[in-house]
Amino acid sequence: MKPRGQELGILVILIVLCAITAIKNPAFLHLENLQNTGQLFGIYGIFSIGIGIVIITGGIDLSVGSVLALLGVILAILLVDKHVNPLLSVFIVVAGAALLGWGHGLLVARMRMQPFIVTLCGLLFYRGLARFISNDETKGFGDAKGFEWLQKASTESWHGVPIPVIILLAVAVVMYIVLHKTVYGRYLFAVGRNEEAARYAGINSKAVIASAYVLCGALAGIATILLAFYTNSISPSSHGSFYELYGIAAAVLGGCSLRGGEGSIAGILLGAALLQVLRNLVNLLHIPSSLEFSVMGVVILIGVLADTLLRKKR
Amino acid sequence: MLALRGVTKRFAGVAALDDVSLDLAAGEVVAVIGENGAGKSTLMKIIGGAYVPDAGMIELDGASVAFKSPSDALARGIRVIYQELTVLDNLDIAGNVFLGREKRRGYLLDEAAMRKETTAILARVGLKLDPNRSVATLALAERQLVEIARALSMSVRILILDEPTSSLTLDETQNLLRLVGELKAEGVAILYVSHRLDEVHQVADRVVALRDAKNAGNLAREEINHASMIKLMVGRDLAPARGAAVGSAGKVRLKLDQLRTLRYPAEAVDLDVYAGEILGMAGLVGAGRSELARAAFGIDRYQGGLEVDGTRVTVSVPRDAINAGVYLVPEDRRGAGLTVEMAVRDNVTMPDLNDFASVGLVNHGAEAKFAQTWADRLGVRAPSIETPVVNLSGGNQQKVVLARWLALKPKVLICDEPTRGVDVGAKAEIYTEMRALADAGVAIWMISSDMEEVLAVSDRVAVMHEGRLTGTLERGAATEEAVMRLAVGADL
Repeated sequence: MKPRGQELGILVILIVLCAITAIKNPAFLHLENLQNTGQLFGIYGIFSIGIGIVIITGGIDLSVGSVLALLGVILAILLVDKHVNPLLSVFIVVAGAALLGWGHGLLVARMRMQPFIVTLCGLLFYRGLARFISNDETKGFGDAKGFEWLQKASTESWHGVPIPVIILLAVAVVMYIVLHKTVYGRYLFAVGRNEEAARYAGINSKAVIASAYVLCGALAGIATILLAFYTNSISPSSHGSFYELYGIAAAVLGGCSLRGGEGSIAGILLGAALLQVLRNLVNLLHIPSSLEFSVMGVVILIGVLADTLLRKKR
Repeated sequence: MLALRGVTKRFAGVAALDDVSLDLAAGEVVAVIGENGAGKSTLMKIIGGAYVPDAGMIELDGASVAFKSPSDALARGIRVIYQELTVLDNLDIAGNVFLGREKRRGYLLDEAAMRKETTAILARVGLKLDPNRSVATLALAERQLVEIARALSMSVRILILDEPTSSLTLDETQNLLRLVGELKAEGVAILYVSHRLDEVHQVADRVVALRDAKNAGNLAREEINHASMIKLMVGRDLAPARGAAVGSAGKVRLKLDQLRTLRYPAEAVDLDVYAGEILGMAGLVGAGRSELARAAFGIDRYQGGLEVDGTRVTVSVPRDAINAGVYLVPEDRRGAGLTVEMAVRDNVTMPDLNDFASVGLVNHGAEAKFAQTWADRLGVRAPSIETPVVNLSGGNQQKVVLARWLALKPKVLICDEPTRGVDVGAKAEIYTEMRALADAGVAIWMISSDMEEVLAVSDRVAVMHEGRLTGTLERGAATEEAVMRLAVGADL
C-alpha cells in the first residue's frame, strides 16, 4: 500500500546507469540532452501514471498508444484545419480521452469484460480511426499560426526545466496524494487485491474500477498534447505506437503488480525515468539503435527479477 | 428485530433456500446449524444483502426491507463476517478494520485516528499487534480476528458470524465467545453459524436448523445438546468412527529423522508414523505443525532425513514426495488443495493425468470414468463430475481433495485440518474414509486443532508446542488434559 522501499532498488539502478552514461559520454550532461530527455520523461511519465493506476486496480490499458494517435490527429485537425480556440481544443482532447477511458471502464466494470480484451480492441479501433479521419496523411502544426503560445507552453522550458517535466511533477504530486492519502486511493488498492471483499465492505467497486480508466484516459489526453507538439507532426500509422508498453513497463519496473493492489507513484516515476535514460544511453554510447528494444527488455527483466528475489527474501 | 418470512432463493432452478423463516431479537444469540449445502451461506448472504431473494420477505423493525447490495445492509447496521476471509493482504490492519468507512480529515485519510482506534479494538479481541502491520504477515487465525475487530469497530445492530472460530485456538475461541456475550449484553442481535456444537451449546439462546434448504426445526435454550442438534441436522444419529487400535503394531511407513524446516520452527523433529495408524497431531495454531508437513511434502526446504518404508528419500519438490507415495491434503483447501475453477474431474486426475495420456494426448473417456469412480466412492455430492469445484460445499470440496490422493494409492497421507469448515455428516464420512485407508495399511498423519476430533479419531497423538515435538501419547494416555498440557509446553 505504502511505498515499501522497493523504489530504492530502481533508484540505485537509475543512478548507476546515469553515472555510467555520463562517464562514457559527457554529452549526457549537456543541457540540451538533459532537456530533451526530460521532455520525453515528462510525456511518458504522465501516461505511465495513468496506466499504473489501472494496473493497481488489477486491470491493464493497452489502448494508450492509439489514443495518443487518434487524439493527436484530432488536435491537429481542430487547431490547423478548423481554427478552433486552442484552449477549447485542449479541453476537447483531454475530455475526449477521458471519455474513451470511461467507455473502457464501463465495459470492464459493468459488462465484466476482461480489461486486456477491451483495451486491445481499443488499440486496434482507435488506430484505424486515426488513420481514417486523417486520410492516412501526416498532420503537422507547421509554424503554429494562432496557437503559438500553446506550442510554446508544451515544448519550452521554464528556468531551464522543460514544461512537460513541470506538468508531470504537478500530476505526480496530485496523484501521490490521491493514491496514498485519500480514501479513494485506498479503494483503488482494495478493489485491485480483492474486488469481492471490497464490495462486501460497502465499497462501490464498479465505480472505483471504472474511474481508474477515466483517470488513465485523462492523463493520456494531457500526454497527447505534449507529445503532439514534441513531434510537431503526427503520422497516424506510427504516432504513439508501442507507447502503452512503455507505460506498462514503467509501472511494472516501479513495483506495480499485474495481479493488482500494489504500486506507488514514486515507483512509476522512477520506472518512466529509467526507460528514458536507457533510450538515451543506447543513443549516446553508440549501441546500434536496432538493439534499443533488446536493451530495454533485458533491463526490465533484470529489474523485476531483482525485485522478486528481494521480496522473497523479506 | 429481524424477521424472515418464506424466503426462497434458486440458482439455476435448484433451490438453495426453500421457504425459510427465521426470527432474531435484540440481545439474542441464534445459532444456525445445518450440513453443508443446507442453505446456511445463502441465508446469510440474503440477510447481508449480497443476494436478492426470489420470494418471501425480510422485515427489519417491523417494516419490509429489500437490500440490493451489501452496502444497503451495512447502512442498516447489519454486518456479516463471512467464512471466506475478506481481509485484504495489501493493506495494514488499521486499513482493513476501517475499510469502507475510513476516518477522514477533509479529503484525506486520517491515519492517526484510525491507528488509535484500531489499537483499542485489537486489545478487545485479544490481538497484541501493531495496527500498521501488513495483513500479509499475519497467520490465518490472526486474520480472522482482524475481521472480527472490523465488525466490532462499527455500530452493528445485527452481527452474523459464519464459522468464526474455524481457525482459532481454544483460548482465542473462548475470547470470541466472551465477546459475543458482551455484544449480546449491549443489545446486539447475533446470528451464529458454526459446526462446532460445543460452541453453539455454550453461546446460543436458540438454535435454528436447516436441512436441504428448508427449516428443519428449532431448539430452545434448554433443548440444546449434541444429540438433539445432530438429529435435526442430519435426521439420524452419528457416532465418530473409531477403528480397532493398531497403534505402533505396524511397521514404520514414514520416518522423520531430525527433520528441521529452514524457516520457523527450525527445531529438529523425530517422528514415526506407522502403517495402519492414524497419528493425530495436536498443538496450538503456530506450533509449527503445518510447516513440518509442508517440508515433508517438499513445499518448503528442510534439513535432516526422511524415510518412507525404510528407504531414505530426498524430497525437494512435491513431485518427489508423490513419487515416494506421500501425499498432503493441505490446510488451505481453496488456495492450495484444489484448483477451484476447474471441474471435479480435472481436480481428481490432476496429479496423475499422464496415466490417461499417450504421447501427451489425454484420453478423456478413461479420465472421466476414473474420476467418476473415485467421486462416487467418496460420496462427492455434485451434479456431475464436470461441475466446477467452486460450486461445491466445503465438505464436498474436501472429499474431492481426498479422492485425488486416494486414487493414487498412498503409502502416507498427511491431512492438515481435514475437516475444517466441514459439517458433521461429511466429517463422519471423512473419518470413515481415513479409517478405511489406515486399515488398508496406509499411514495417516492428521494435523488437527479440533481437540474432539484428535481424541476421537487418533490411534496415537503427537503434540507440538512452539516448533518442538513435546510428546507422543498412546491412545489410552491421550486425555484432553494431557494433550493440552503438552500443547502449552507444560510437563505431563
